[in-house]
Amino acid sequence: MNDMTPTREQREANLEGMGCKRKRVEDVRFTQGKGQYVDDIKLPGMVYGDFVRSPYAHAKVTKIDATEALKLPGVIAVLTAEDLKGVNLAWMPTLAGDVQMVLADGKVLYQNQEVAFVVAEDRYIADDAIQLVEVEYEELPVLVDPFQSMAPDAPVLRPDLEGKTEGAHGPRKHHNHIFNWAVGDKDETAKAFSDADVTIKEMISYHRTHPSPLETCQCVASMDKVKGELTVYGTFQAPHVIRTVASLLSTIPEHKIHVIAPDIGGGFGNKVGAYPGYICAIVASIVTGVPVKWVEDRMENLSTTSFARDYHMTTEIAAKNDGTVTGLKVHVLADHGGFDACADPSKWPAGFFNIVTGSYDFPAAHLEVDGVYTNKAPGGVAYRCSFRVTEAAYCIERAMDILAQKLEMDPADLRMKNFVKPEQFPYQSALGWEYDSGDYHTAMQKAMDTIGYRELRAEQKAKQEAFKRGETREIMGIGVSFFTEIVGAGPSKNCDILGVAMFDSAEIRVHPTGSVISRMGTKSQGQGHETTWAQIIATEIGIPAADIMVEEGNTDTAPYGLGTYGSRSTPVAGAAIALAARKIRNKAQMIAAHMLEVSEYDLEWDVDGFQVKGNPEARKSMKEIAWAAYHAPPPNMEPGLEAVSYYDPPNMTYPFGAYFCVMDIDVDTGVANTRRFYALDDCGTRINPMIIEGQVHGGLTEAFAIAMGQEIAYDEMGNVMGASFMDFFIPTAVETPHWETDYTVTPSPHHPIGAKGVGESPNVGGVPAFSNAVNDAFQFLGNTHIQMPHDAWRIWKAAKDLGAHG
Amino acid sequence: MIPGEFTYHRPSSVAEAVAILVSHGDEARPLSGGHSLIPMMKLRMAAPEHLVDLAGIADLKGISDGGATISIGAMTTQNELIGSDLLTQKLPIIRETSLLIADPQIRYMGTLGGNVANGDPGNDMPGLMQCLNASYVLAGPDGEREVAAREFYEAAYFTALAPEELLTAVKIPVPAAGHGYAYEKLKRKVGDYATAAAAVILTMDGGTVSSCSIALTNVADTPLFASDASDIITGSTLDSATVDRAVAAAEAITEPASDGRGPAEYRTKMAGIMVRRALARAAERANG
Ligand SMILES: Cc1cc2nc3c(=O)[nH]c(=O)nc-3n(C[C@H](O)[C@H](O)[C@H](O)COP(=O)(O)OP(=O)(O)OC[C@H]3O[C@@H](n4cnc5c(N)ncnc54)[C@H](O)[C@@H]3O)c2cc1C
Repeated sequence: MNDMTPTREQREANLEGMGCKRKRVEDVRFTQGKGQYVDDIKLPGMVYGDFVRSPYAHAKVTKIDATEALKLPGVIAVLTAEDLKGVNLAWMPTLAGDVQMVLADGKVLYQNQEVAFVVAEDRYIADDAIQLVEVEYEELPVLVDPFQSMAPDAPVLRPDLEGKTEGAHGPRKHHNHIFNWAVGDKDETAKAFSDADVTIKEMISYHRTHPSPLETCQCVASMDKVKGELTVYGTFQAPHVIRTVASLLSTIPEHKIHVIAPDIGGGFGNKVGAYPGYICAIVASIVTGVPVKWVEDRMENLSTTSFARDYHMTTEIAAKNDGTVTGLKVHVLADHGGFDACADPSKWPAGFFNIVTGSYDFPAAHLEVDGVYTNKAPGGVAYRCSFRVTEAAYCIERAMDILAQKLEMDPADLRMKNFVKPEQFPYQSALGWEYDSGDYHTAMQKAMDTIGYRELRAEQKAKQEAFKRGETREIMGIGVSFFTEIVGAGPSKNCDILGVAMFDSAEIRVHPTGSVISRMGTKSQGQGHETTWAQIIATEIGIPAADIMVEEGNTDTAPYGLGTYGSRSTPVAGAAIALAARKIRNKAQMIAAHMLEVSEYDLEWDVDGFQVKGNPEARKSMKEIAWAAYHAPPPNMEPGLEAVSYYDPPNMTYPFGAYFCVMDIDVDTGVANTRRFYALDDCGTRINPMIIEGQVHGGLTEAFAIAMGQEIAYDEMGNVMGASFMDFFIPTAVETPHWETDYTVTPSPHHPIGAKGVGESPNVGGVPAFSNAVNDAFQFLGNTHIQMPHDAWRIWKAAKDLGAHG
Repeated sequence: MIPGEFTYHRPSSVAEAVAILVSHGDEARPLSGGHSLIPMMKLRMAAPEHLVDLAGIADLKGISDGGATISIGAMTTQNELIGSDLLTQKLPIIRETSLLIADPQIRYMGTLGGNVANGDPGNDMPGLMQCLNASYVLAGPDGEREVAAREFYEAAYFTALAPEELLTAVKIPVPAAGHGYAYEKLKRKVGDYATAAAAVILTMDGGTVSSCSIALTNVADTPLFASDASDIITGSTLDSATVDRAVAAAEAITEPASDGRGPAEYRTKMAGIMVRRALARAAERANG
């Protein structure tokens, strides 16, 4: 070899493949304001739709009069439920097996519910016209407290379900009851409790919040009546599913519907579902024959499209005196609002909440979830978490702290004692999951050592003494959280959405000159797929990531996939990408063998090409092979070099992590200051460490927001409180703590590249770390449990109730 | 989040602006930085048919040193208040308070005149102006008049300002050299209005407080001049019993709303804490 021949290391570095801190390629356009979002789409003749919304949380709609609105110049149409009935779209099915009104059909069930859809030549006229639509309401008694939903005299929220004793998930026991879901062994668990040395019980609430992406939900629908084709640009985390649903609802054949998700400004679960805005824009375009744009404003987004959480979890643990846990019992009251529009795989009415045994070896467990209706907005989406996993993690992590307190054990030690052991993997949990891999002890020990856990406890003790002596008004909390997630939905044996199995897909085409276009069924909303997908391909087929273009979101060109949410992209599509790439590599090997005139078995892979075993000088690079694939393929072989893979995962993946939060609290104001936050994540194989770090920073910031104040609250009249960024807590750089990140690597044994997914771990593990820090701070004053969110006034109130104000 | 229709005016003198206000009465509203008015218009909580933009009136700009009194033009931005050497030297509490208003982007646009004329109890400048015993110069069809900040506020968004009047300047008596000052503001995050805030100006003579002025922000439907609390502190050595009494007196005049910042009880207590902390910091800073 001459001096100009790149070394193996140089060739490897040149690929920017897996493990490389490759800069995000999409940021070139995002940071220059050149992203193409839905609201950037302007079609000739496009008009605008906007909603008349209900000021009441529960009322009959007795009259809608659009006469004055229609007189306003520039107003084209005002749609009501009556109009939608003509096309059988006044109601739509939800992902959870319920039905939901598209426009108010005789009544409204929550404040800001969609009542009429005004279509006008511009946004200003549409908004003026909204004020001119006269709606008469007859107020009904309002139900906001889920604990009152099943009271005998509770108002009937859903007369459409009258007499229906069977719901989508089994029997309904009350007119406001949606489902009961039970998992685990009830008798075994009861026995564990009767045999226990120690038990704890606490009602742990996870309040209602909202994913609140920066870009709200929006779409442009365009019906070409001549071709009979519908094009919908929209903020869709799952564009292919949206196309299938649109076809089923509209009866337009699926191949004549083009769903395109352009750049998306954050999703976090908010953009999984189908909303009345999409349906109304589509119907309006079909009616008017011109493109119709619908764009939510911030208040509409926060108050109507998809809340998250609202789980009220009565949690009991049975244990031995030495701290060994023996049983877990959880009952969840799930507030679903006016319609059950939870975005879960169809068979899972409470998502994967049965991951609630967490990282601990519970021999027995039993879980029951009751879903109920209230006069609140529908949703129940997985806000930066796999389905209901963050609720589960919060539930068990808070409860483990409460148990540690009762046992007078250190909470970190209690966790160590009960972790599933490395040799127990694959581990069968009492509530039905098979954990793929984990090494919890190593992760926890590394975290404790790095943060100086024992020293922090000593410092805390000294501060408590000083507080008791009246020398300081500041107290200190240490939040411990060890979470296990379940992501990568999912295996077709237990996961589908409206009957479509939750596989995902990738298509890779290598061009003659050795560059690549690849398309996936997923859809990035900021996760950086264009960067990381190319890295997987680069490593697998030895073509530099810079020569690989990744495209998602266009249902005409991309293979069918279930989309991006629940940390499923890397576990599912990431596997499809690796397998498609391997098909290409296999074919490339045969081509190389032909070129080198050897048997393919005499070849070995070397970074970016094949070489003859024992004779590295005889090699063909992927670039040369690509050219040969189109120029002179081996006889009897199809020309070309491309592959498609559809991947049905054999199991979920189970990322985990150890998080610690150190907090100082001013008891006089309730202001909490996060002094340190340390996050150790194990997401298996790490594709791009820089993107992982960015994902962890973002997820932790959301966790901080949720735990420390972010809330969608209602008053007793069902008025939604603070649905704007004035009140809804989005931390700025000033409030956001400094994040220390760390990792261990325990690859997934069943995933082609061993990757588990990371985007949601920090939200799942972060919330309990913050909440446990607040609760821990007040423990020495007699606290067991303070409900979230922990905004300043609530912390102050807790301090006051515990007598800290003298 | 889309405002209704309006006509835009851009007068170049106070007289011209007043004439437009007179001819449209209630239908017209002055526009300064727009950072209170435009959000309200987008929410359609305000729907003026005529917007009278004051940005073209040179006379409304600038800070002038009148010796015992400093006069600040209504269109002076909050950012300009922060950057003024004169204010930093003579009235440093204005800089301290301005830095706690909203965020830099808003402070580049928002004006002192708009902040005090707005009548939103959440604004920080009105309480501060009460603490400083400032007065507002109002220009109307019948000429100018002055109204003390302590007399100006009637209820949320109701002030002594008539629909056809403009606020042209704020006049502030300069506190004695060596005075102590502090603006303590508790807020949920950057860009938030106060959960409670307190402004304190005091002068010390030996260990004794020779004068003290305390005002509160966002704990009633108007800013509050805490005259009893101010009187209790004046003449004291800031011993803890006296401070406790003053804090109690300040808390007693609050009537906060319960909102996302917390229930009324909390906000009253926070007003007290802010007063306590502002007194301590002001005393630390005072010479004499
Ligand atoms: C996100 C956000 C956070 C904020 N946080 C704070 C905060 O923490 N503290 C705070 O004090 N403020 C805060 N503000 C308000 C900001 O400081 C405004 O700029 C200020 O209240 C109004 O000043 P303006 O020049 O923008 O007035 P405008 O919005 O133009 O006008 C406000 C009102 O005063 C009237 N007006 C204006 N000028 C005159 C005049 N010369 N004569 C008569 N009437 C007049 C207008 O007609 C209008 O009714 C915040 C604003 C935003 C958007």
